[in-house]
Amino acid sequence: MVVWTDFERSTIENIFSKINYEVVGPAAISRCLIVYPWTQRYFGGFGNLYNAAAIIDNPKVAAHGLVVLKGLELAQKNMDNIKATFADLSKLHSEKLLVDPDNFKLLTDCLAIVVAAELGEDFTAEVHAVFQKFLAVVVASLRKQYY
Amino acid sequence: MVKWTDKERSTVRTVWESIDIDELGPEVLRRVLIVYPWTERYFGAFGDIFTTTAILQNPKVAAHGIVVLRALDQAVKNMDNIKDTYAALSRLHFEKLEVDPDNFRLLADCITISVACKLRAEMNPQVQATWQKFLQAVVDAMCAQYY
Repeated sequence: MVVWTDFERSTIENIFSKINYEVVGPAAISRCLIVYPWTQRYFGGFGNLYNAAAIIDNPKVAAHGLVVLKGLELAQKNMDNIKATFADLSKLHSEKLLVDPDNFKLLTDCLAIVVAAELGEDFTAEVHAVFQKFLAVVVASLRKQYY
Repeated sequence: MVKWTDKERSTVRTVWESIDIDELGPEVLRRVLIVYPWTERYFGAFGDIFTTTAILQNPKVAAHGIVVLRALDQAVKNMDNIKDTYAALSRLHFEKLEVDPDNFRLLADCITISVACKLRAEMNPQVQATWQKFLQAVVDAMCAQYY
């Protein structure tokens, strides 16, 4: 089981209280679609994703970004049991959505960059390390139900 | 050979010009050592790098961070020939320093995060995509002389 120090718990809670979900969620997903274009294949139902401007303006992308961030908030609220919290989500991504699990890392990389840009110098090396640990646990939990 | 559009060239140059190597260099290496602690094994001669406080205060870490970013300057100045520019450096890291090449990607990630903290909203998705393409070329060049 993942062990969290008090500093780590409060750091993650702090990050989530500081970021604007409606900015960060959409920004992370749209960056993923722009920087790693093959990820667009998973969003065929979203309409126009033909260039960066279209992706950034696409309301379905924005809405889905918020869905993803709310999912991450669920992990933050259940930090001692992220694996169980995400079991169904992992099964969904594996069996129904057929998402290559390597893509989870790409999305969390984009999320780290967006949060870094949001927090600026408050995203110190220590905060960065804690956030990276949290995201690694999230990714591992999402991978858990594959096979 | 990596192809660069005029826009990509000017984006990389613009990002690079907005960075102060003396400020960012130390920060980047500190992030690597703090966020990915196994990298500490490569810096045995740096003295105390075993706690976050020690890393943040260690002058050899700061100095070496500047050395690393000065080398990155070479890539910015030779974007059409990064592989040749880094051939000797790659061989050094492989044969003499025996660095696991996966760590180059970790360093690149920390550089991107530090730059994002500095540039904030200016690191928009297109800038991020170009910057990561550039760093990927750098990482590939650093791996090129392995085996």
